[in-house]
Amino acid sequence: MQKPKLVYTTYIRSTPKDVWAAITKPEFTRQYWGEMTNVGDWKKGSKWEHHNPQGEVWITGKVLESTPPKRLVLSWADPDDLKDKSRVTFEIVAMEDMTCLTVTHGSFKDGSTMVKKVSGGWPRVLSSMKTFLETGKGLNIFCK
Amino acid sequence: MQPNGCIMCRVMDAAFKALADESRRKLLDQLHKSSGQTLGELCAHLDMTRQAVTKHLLLLEDANLVAVVWRGREKLHYLNPVPIFEISERWIDKYERHRLQALGDLKKGLEKNKNNKPNKKG
Repeated sequence: MQKPKLVYTTYIRSTPKDVWAAITKPEFTRQYWGEMTNVGDWKKGSKWEHHNPQGEVWITGKVLESTPPKRLVLSWADPDDLKDKSRVTFEIVAMEDMTCLTVTHGSFKDGSTMVKKVSGGWPRVLSSMKTFLETGKGLNIFCK
Repeated sequence: MQPNGCIMCRVMDAAFKALADESRRKLLDQLHKSSGQTLGELCAHLDMTRQAVTKHLLLLEDANLVAVVWRGREKLHYLNPVPIFEISERWIDKYERHRLQALGDLKKGLEKNKNNKPNKKG
């Protein structure tokens, strides 16, 4: 196993099922991921896309593993730079009345510009997802 | 107030307790420089005994400020900034952030010019 580059964990007072839905359903992602949506059928081998509110594709990739509501592995690339491909893993584990979500982003190509693009974003997205799942309202994650 | 013993409060308490120690902040600085280090790598960069580093790392893990990934028998430590982001979200209003950023930049800029290095006293 290659050493992952970025690892983030958060404990959310929610269920694995709801955390899975928050990652995979556009009507939920839009509410905490800065109006962005994740679109796909989340079956192994299928294509998935990350859209902005105008429906433009910002990130694209394939579903490499899918075990709802426990584990989702995606390939991840900018559609304008498909060679700069990396891999994102969502691991969802129930813990007492909470759910532990771990996001691992790794397998970056040498010289990848993606690390810089996402390393500021993941903590915001996860923090906003947590707030959304616990309160029904996400954070304004693109504010400076 | 949340009832005593609620896990969310324990997580927040643990984060503050973990951050209230210079050695642990140094450990986090080290992981900020290069995330995914083993205990051995961390020890090589820090003026602390292996036992002390182990103890501090466990506390940081409990506070969810350090995430762990096992690669075979190797335990890799990652800086997990999510709880710190939550702390700032809780108390720093999104409209204040702009001004605080400006003040922070000003402080950094002035101190850099004066000492040519960041102020260690913070």
